[in-house]
Amino acid sequence: MSGIIDVVYAEYNYWIYVTLMMIGFYAMIAKKNLIKKIIGANIFQTAIFLFYISLADVTGGTAPILVGGHGGEHAEHVEHAAEVIYTNPVPHCLILTAIVVAVSTTAVALALIIRIYNEYGSIEEDVILAARRELQPEFSEHARQKGVAEVGEQ
Amino acid sequence: MSRIQESVIIRTVVRIMVPFIQLFALYVIMHGASGPGGGFQGGVIFGAAIILYAMIYGIAEGKRKMSDALDKILASTGLTIFAATGLACIVCGGMFLQYNAVPLLPDPALVSKYLIDLVEIGIGITVLAVMISLFFDISPPESESEEVEE
Amino acid sequence: MKTLALFVVVITGAMLIYAGQDLPAFGDINSPSYQAPMTQYFIENSETESGVTNIVTALLASYRGYDTLGETAVIFTAGMAVMLLLRRRER
Repeated sequence: MSGIIDVVYAEYNYWIYVTLMMIGFYAMIAKKNLIKKIIGANIFQTAIFLFYISLADVTGGTAPILVGGHGGEHAEHVEHAAEVIYTNPVPHCLILTAIVVAVSTTAVALALIIRIYNEYGSIEEDVILAARRELQPEFSEHARQKGVAEVGEQ
Repeated sequence: MSRIQESVIIRTVVRIMVPFIQLFALYVIMHGASGPGGGFQGGVIFGAAIILYAMIYGIAEGKRKMSDALDKILASTGLTIFAATGLACIVCGGMFLQYNAVPLLPDPALVSKYLIDLVEIGIGITVLAVMISLFFDISPPESESEEVEE
Repeated sequence: MKTLALFVVVITGAMLIYAGQDLPAFGDINSPSYQAPMTQYFIENSETESGVTNIVTALLASYRGYDTLGETAVIFTAGMAVMLLLRRRER
């Protein structure tokens, strides 16, 4: 029993990010509201960010900014700085750019939802699909034929 | 239909705070080379200052401070600064964004530092302009004629 | 439908946790990503090569500068896309 607890404690960061990812994934596939889907996508992205940042961490490490920097002016500091442990800078850099892309995709998705709301008067997936079937009968006809074809294949 | 005015306390505090937030944003952008900070973070802080102002004083007042035309100009200017820095390295005989190749100062590492600062400024300008334009575009449309009457 | 979604989510989470057993422990200095030659190279040489004491900035603007240019283009494009989608005609 204590072995299981040790395993869970040593890797608790993965448990947290997996839980967050499951919440976001569930919101993305189960919710009918488009805004909630976007919120789910954002939670999912945050889980990935946390995963990367937790991979970068080193016990006892400091932020990846060189101690006593600015070249030769503080040479004695630099000598001392050789013993400093820095955390891994590469995942930080990757996630810094990934956050920006997350913001951009969220903004474009919200803009598309606003346009959808202006067209259909709703952000519920069911209502939008029903309105679309009403507006375009050939859409439902196509969907029905596709369903028949799928049944036929089975 | 009159727009709800925020209380005078909130309006005064925001008016005092916004310049300091903007100063902090400039600090974060310029400090990117030697400490925590950088163009993305500072640009977002600067954009947040303008967004805070626009939330309290109304979209029309915010657009008076930061017009749509200025937004477009700044967004493209920042990207141009970045790309031009990279192209300047090619002109000086290096590769794209190889800062050491630019013979501005005798110490190549120092040239690299200042050019990285320039690139961070370009990133910051683009990010702040895009953040503000995203807020103004997504915010609900206000009846602009009433704003003029007030 | 919701049960199916929950089932898929739980299966995915269980697979990820099972795979996560092989990942390095939290804060492990011997993790492969930290001991990789590239990471050590960045930590040791980024200041002499780019003149910047912040290693993340050196990576962002110098080593991965082309990528950062792409990121800036992405947010610029996102701003323009939102403008095209939502801005009403002024004339």
